[in-house]
Amino acid sequence: MALYLIILVLLAFTAFAYNYGRKRALAVAGTERKSRLHSLPHYYGAWTAIWCSLPALLVLGLWLATQNTVITQFIIDDLPREIRELPAERLGLVVNDIRNQAEGAIVSREVSPEIQAAADQYSRLKTTSRMAMTVLVLCLGIGGGILASRFIAPQFRARNAVESVIRALLILCSSIAILTTIGIVLSVLFEAIRFFEKIPIPGFLFGLEWSPQTAIREDQVGSTGAFGAVPLFAGTLLISFIAMVVAVPIGLMSAIYLSEYAGPRLRASAKPVLEILAGIPTVVYGFFAALTVAPIIRDGGGLLGLDVSSESALAAGLVMGIMIIPFVSSLSDDVINAVPQSLRDASYGIGATQSETIRQVILPAALPGIAGGVLLAVSRAIGETMIVVMAAGLAANLTPNPLESVTTVTVQIVTLLVGDQEFDSAKTLAAFALGLTLFLVTLVLNVIALHIVRKYREQYD
Amino acid sequence: MSDINLTTAANAVALPPGMIGVNDARAPEKTEVPTETVGVVTVAEPRMSARNINVYYGEKQAINNVSLDIGKNEVVSMIGPSGCGKSTFLRCLNRMNDTIDICRVEGEIMLDEEDIYHKNMDVVLLRARVGMVFQKPNPFPKSIYDNIAYGPKIHGLARSKADLDEIVESSLRKAGLWDEVKDRLAEPGTGLSGGQQQRLCIARTIAVSPEVILMDEPCSALDPIATARVEELIDELRQNYTIAIVTHSMQQAARVSQRTAYFHLGTLVEVGNTDDIFTNPRHKLTEDYITGRFG
Amino acid sequence: MTDTAIDTASVVRQSLKKRYRAERRFRYMGLGAILLGVAFVLVLFVSIGSKGYTAFVQSQIALEIYFDPDVIDPEGTRNMEQIGRVADFSRLYKNALKARFPDVTGRREVRELYKLISNGSTYRLRDMVMSNPDLIGTRQTLWLVADDEIDMLNKGFIDRDVPESNRRLSDRTIGWVDAIDEGGSLRKAFNWDFLVNGDSREPEQAGIGGAVVGSLFTLLVTLMLSFPIGVAAAIYLEEFAPKNQFTDLIEVNINNLAAVPSIVFGLLGLAVFLNFFGMPRSAPLVGGLVLTLMTLPTIIIASRAALKSVPPSIREAALGIGASRVQSVFHHVLPQALPGMMTGTIIGMAQALGESAPLLMIGMVAFIVEVPGGPLDPATVLPVQIYLWADSPERAFLERSSAAIMVLLSFLVAMNALAVVLRKRFEKRW
Repeated sequence: MALYLIILVLLAFTAFAYNYGRKRALAVAGTERKSRLHSLPHYYGAWTAIWCSLPALLVLGLWLATQNTVITQFIIDDLPREIRELPAERLGLVVNDIRNQAEGAIVSREVSPEIQAAADQYSRLKTTSRMAMTVLVLCLGIGGGILASRFIAPQFRARNAVESVIRALLILCSSIAILTTIGIVLSVLFEAIRFFEKIPIPGFLFGLEWSPQTAIREDQVGSTGAFGAVPLFAGTLLISFIAMVVAVPIGLMSAIYLSEYAGPRLRASAKPVLEILAGIPTVVYGFFAALTVAPIIRDGGGLLGLDVSSESALAAGLVMGIMIIPFVSSLSDDVINAVPQSLRDASYGIGATQSETIRQVILPAALPGIAGGVLLAVSRAIGETMIVVMAAGLAANLTPNPLESVTTVTVQIVTLLVGDQEFDSAKTLAAFALGLTLFLVTLVLNVIALHIVRKYREQYD
Repeated sequence: MSDINLTTAANAVALPPGMIGVNDARAPEKTEVPTETVGVVTVAEPRMSARNINVYYGEKQAINNVSLDIGKNEVVSMIGPSGCGKSTFLRCLNRMNDTIDICRVEGEIMLDEEDIYHKNMDVVLLRARVGMVFQKPNPFPKSIYDNIAYGPKIHGLARSKADLDEIVESSLRKAGLWDEVKDRLAEPGTGLSGGQQQRLCIARTIAVSPEVILMDEPCSALDPIATARVEELIDELRQNYTIAIVTHSMQQAARVSQRTAYFHLGTLVEVGNTDDIFTNPRHKLTEDYITGRFG
Repeated sequence: MTDTAIDTASVVRQSLKKRYRAERRFRYMGLGAILLGVAFVLVLFVSIGSKGYTAFVQSQIALEIYFDPDVIDPEGTRNMEQIGRVADFSRLYKNALKARFPDVTGRREVRELYKLISNGSTYRLRDMVMSNPDLIGTRQTLWLVADDEIDMLNKGFIDRDVPESNRRLSDRTIGWVDAIDEGGSLRKAFNWDFLVNGDSREPEQAGIGGAVVGSLFTLLVTLMLSFPIGVAAAIYLEEFAPKNQFTDLIEVNINNLAAVPSIVFGLLGLAVFLNFFGMPRSAPLVGGLVLTLMTLPTIIIASRAALKSVPPSIREAALGIGASRVQSVFHHVLPQALPGMMTGTIIGMAQALGESAPLLMIGMVAFIVEVPGGPLDPATVLPVQIYLWADSPERAFLERSSAAIMVLLSFLVAMNALAVVLRKRFEKRW
């Protein structure tokens, strides 16, 4: 039975269960239903419906999530010994072949009888699993509904029961934030640990050379590749630095002008225009950087007799800065507006001009908040991907020259993981090690920044 | 205290009848808002004199035809129920109302023969000459030293670091704060107690050497002991400065000021020597307010 | 002491000019910053618009096609199934070209001549014949899509003054195109193919249809998951959650997730959804799941703000007449907060629509020609399509990439406008 159909049938059961529960509640209540039922009839219906649908859906989800892993394990156990004892990455390829063969897709090599047998076995297991799942889920639906309806009695507190289920669901939804964080940590951590088994952490963090080629043959020269990430960190920092050099002054000055000088009409029109910059997808910035800004910088540099790479850090950083302007400006705007009017009054009261007040009173007072905002912006610049993927280079140059091409952590993650990959090579695992580094660095920056901003807000509340 | 009152009383001169103020006799006993001020609004040696001031917040009129002189080296207090316009009037005297977009001021305010609302008048210069202390102590989030030094620095009053040090010290001394803070000038001003903060703000104003100091309920956020300290300070400052103070406390007005102006719903109801106002109010509204029938 | 007072006035008066100059400078700097920001917006839009608007028209060449029975059905069986499988329909337009330029001989020249027309025309001719077998044996004048190089020439992107060896088109080809043009057989028509087709290696056949549908499925999955989950989480945190370490932990997590780089969510999707749960690569379902996790913080934060803006008196009123807390929230608070939540959700969806980095990680960068038919089919999305085309060397793909950006931006503008309208319409002051 197709998945959609199972869900549809389950929904139909649920609708029926709701109705049945409601009717039954009215029936057990007899004629003086108002006075005898604890809750309104539809709560009894909802109670029955919940028991009909929730357990069944839960089992359905779990089954779907685990069936592939379980079936694959069965298949592997049935394979001949010599295949079973292949290294993990080769085994993965074989399993892939079996799966493809079973699903009628193109297989990468001649089909041996063992593979064919395994593929048939795979198909059989899959069908069995699907059938078992269908039966189990539908039985659970019916069983749950019947069980729940037996509870229905006038003194049964259906509303409270339904409400506690709702509450539990709400808690579950809120916990997804935690689950996501755990998921992120686990998914990058395990692979990163496997990477660090091959490449020691100091070599990764402090190595000066990055060239993650993996050898086609085992005995090839330089087959291990070089995984020193310093050039990537340096490139990331260089581009982020250029971005901040663009974004912080422009963002801050426009926030100051909008909140302190501009009349309501200018504010109402200029603010949304700046916010447009925040709504533009990063891929558009990447396109703009690679195909408009980079050629201009290269040609401009050429006119000045400079040798500018067509994938210069400057182009990527400049455009990233433009992207971050609204971010800096709206955070600064919040922070500046939080500076109490009394400080402005005090300064004007002894005859300061507006710019003196801003520079010597408001900005120092707002400094912690602005610093927090800038840290958040830095974290965003470090994690930005599309602009650098499209406009920065792939070559891991260790250089402070913004006219040369550098590469970044995010660029390398994308290059290492996009396209066909063997899941176990150092190359692929390196992407997760980089991902872990990126996650930790941005996490620390965010925690510090959010802390500073919160402390700042409390100061003036 | 009493001899001071006498001298200021002598300052008061009569106006030509019919111009401003009703000079003699008790005002008729009516409780609606009067259009004319009872008492003498002028002084012999005015530092500032306001004439026919009207202030509007958008459509709403907040001050209605108020005229008042502030004499040299005297403390004038302004009292009245909340929303009577006394703070608004005070803020007109150094054009602090300019910072409020919808606020509009009509009339004429002279500071030493210069109209402060004239287009040639420079607000920065005006505020350097007419300083202001606010209701809530508002020290900058900087060190005590920098708080005081801020004004002299922006105005270029100190020629050297030593100059600046001297200004800071003398201002803090005049504000009676020096002994309390001289060992921790580098600490943030926000770390002081409320009363100390307010005296810091006064010192900050003095540091610019203004001619007039405006104080907008300077003690409303302070406890009685800190209040007494600030009141003492105001009395000492009168030697060198002209002070206009808005207060919601009649006792305070009686203690610190030589002349008192009573505001009601945007009009100046009565002006006179502080002693006269409190012992012998001429207008019914003033009397009601002072005897605590409303407030 | 009066001396010092006078002193102040004169000193201040002296410095005033300088101070006002500084004031003006500072002001101009602020104004300059804003103008710069606005200028960036303009430059961005103009540069993309000017590159992309030409992609909405496509050069076509009119040819008189003879549906030659000898080519289509040499055996005369009229067995349509057989014909559809074996007949070489490209012959039809090739013959027509040869008829148009009878004096072109020599293998190289002829092959070059055939390249005037997009080879996608083969399928068009085939479909025409398959749906209407009566065409066989007739002559029809048809507007066929020109090859992308011809299109570029016709749009003026190929410089005729460049020496022939440095040009992608030979003088000969340009001569043919000019001849066709003079005969009135070259036109630029609205480019429907661009809007409905899937991706293709041939620029003139490539369209955003597949990517738009892929984006649609992805967003649908995202919306169906993130809206209910986000609203539920916001309700719990704002209305029910006790103040304890668990809820603190949730709050910290939400705030941090809002600032985690999007590519990290892609790594999560790759490791958890693809490798652990074995979900299909390149599927909008997985894309939707990843984007759900990414947009949840935005939606939760916006929804909480919406709930916060409902005054407590409403809750108290409901509780006061004996409603349970769940009832008071779902019957009274939620309806008031819903417009705000929807606004936040639309903004989250706009964010998801423009996102591409995490989708690269889960294989939505594959070259996919078919328009996807469901959330489990391999697909790509609009931003990724832009990325793919921007990487291609052909000038015609660059144009299409810009045009795809214009389409993407117009979707985003529409969504944001909807959010603004919603906010204006339901904005309440309590």
